[in-house]
Amino acid sequence: MSEPVKVLGERRAFEPLLSVEGIQVRYGAIQALRGVSLTVGRGEMVALIGANGAGKTSTLRAVSGMLKPSAGRITLAGQDITGLKAHQLVPRGMAHAPEGRGIFPNLTVFENLELGAYLRKDTAQVRQDMDKGFGLFPVLRERQKQLAGTLSGGEQQMLAIARALLSKPQLLLLDEPSLGLAPQVTETIFRTLREVNATGVSVLLVEQNAHLALNAAHYGYVLETGEVVMAGPGKALLDSAEVRRAYLGE
Amino acid sequence: MSQLLQHLINGLAAGTIYALVALGYTMVYGVLKLINFAHGDVMMVGVYMGYATAFALGRQAQRSLWGVVVIFAVAMVGCALLGFLIERFAYRPLREKPRLTALITAIGISFALSYGFQLDVGFLPGASPRAFPEVIVPSEWFIVGDRDVVVWNWQVISFLIAVGLMAALQFLVYRTRFGKAMRAVSFDHRTAALMGIPTDRIIALTFMLSSALAAGAGLLYAIKDTSVSPLMGLYVGLKAFVAAVIGGIGNVPGAVVGALLLGLVEEFVVGYAASTWRDAVAFGFLILVLLVKPGGLFGRVAAEKV
Repeated sequence: MSEPVKVLGERRAFEPLLSVEGIQVRYGAIQALRGVSLTVGRGEMVALIGANGAGKTSTLRAVSGMLKPSAGRITLAGQDITGLKAHQLVPRGMAHAPEGRGIFPNLTVFENLELGAYLRKDTAQVRQDMDKGFGLFPVLRERQKQLAGTLSGGEQQMLAIARALLSKPQLLLLDEPSLGLAPQVTETIFRTLREVNATGVSVLLVEQNAHLALNAAHYGYVLETGEVVMAGPGKALLDSAEVRRAYLGE
Repeated sequence: MSQLLQHLINGLAAGTIYALVALGYTMVYGVLKLINFAHGDVMMVGVYMGYATAFALGRQAQRSLWGVVVIFAVAMVGCALLGFLIERFAYRPLREKPRLTALITAIGISFALSYGFQLDVGFLPGASPRAFPEVIVPSEWFIVGDRDVVVWNWQVISFLIAVGLMAALQFLVYRTRFGKAMRAVSFDHRTAALMGIPTDRIIALTFMLSSALAAGAGLLYAIKDTSVSPLMGLYVGLKAFVAAVIGGIGNVPGAVVGALLLGLVEEFVVGYAASTWRDAVAFGFLILVLLVKPGGLFGRVAAEKV
């Protein structure tokens, strides 16, 4: 049905965590994903790049249970999670900071963070993890009593990430963390993401900014009109002439 | 002066009852952005449940404290169940459909209940209003001067019950985990689900809660009015809906303030003008509020930040 995926270079070995096999997603008559397959290893950071409408966000939504795929299979840590709903995946270690950040502007920064830990009963440990989050993004500590809607875009993105981490995820899904942010802020966020990833949290990242994403990620996939067309280690993709032409504007 | 005081008391008594019903509209609107037009009729069904329970208990028992507690408990639990069923089978299947579909469904359920209860088959009560039993035997609780101001015991009891239920709700919404989840769902149920919040369950519980409050309010209304009829839900429901919109629909304190204002306005119109003007002034008041503050008194017209 589709052309074979062009694979560049060798992938570093990681223990498998997430495996997506041939998922399809439809919005009415429109087929957004035509059989996407990808994997994310334990402790691996994987980037998903592609043009607008290529299916990046749909892929993340299908993985996190916001969308139900019409075909295909998704497994997390060896368990079949296909068709499970978003709230059922959170206790299994899935955290999704959605497109547009998805913070609750009518709640305070602190309450937003509390919601990130909604399912956790270990209150004392949650407090500690919150402090850890404040360590990653000190500005959130200063603003914890403020309504989240009053934060700047960058601070909201930081809040979205800190909140997602409070559910103690094995896998963090991030949708366009750099969207609408100043380069400096983006840099801070990506530095922190690498720190988080180094502590063993796997990351699946969707980005328009291919350069940024591929530099940060161990491995990358290129999506085009609902299909994976190319895959390879971040650096290898960055060096490929096709990627440079199509996504880096060279 | 004493006349003013009397109207103030009557107005507040009516307003607190509207408030309990208005809270149901506002909570459901909060989580689903749905105006649940069947809400008033659920209330009416609750009143009939209380009516049937009162008769089952008999004249002696229905007037005792535990009798009243049983009547309220049966009506509130029964209505919670009804609210659950309506949400589960009528609204949930339409959750992802255009909002108008659910709205029309709500109107359909409203008519099914209010006209269904006018049938005279089986347990259905038939169209004619019935006298609601005096579960609280009226007595004058407080009298000023030569009956210049009279406060009835049922006014006080009903006020206390209503305020108690509102305080409990306030606690639930702003101080508990469920409340936090409810506020998250009301902002965006998709994002709430990403926090691990079981949104379907929260929405179902919201329906049950608002239906139970409506049943309590309906009983208080029936005690005040000493009657029950299949169409009472349409009337009280519409008034409470107006109150919720005046306060800013979706806003919990707004519903209470809107309802108290509406109760007072109506009472003053009846007292100082003529009772035939009551509804005209109530809706005129709504129009006036919306002209000045389109989102209601406490509502905010959302400006989207891109």
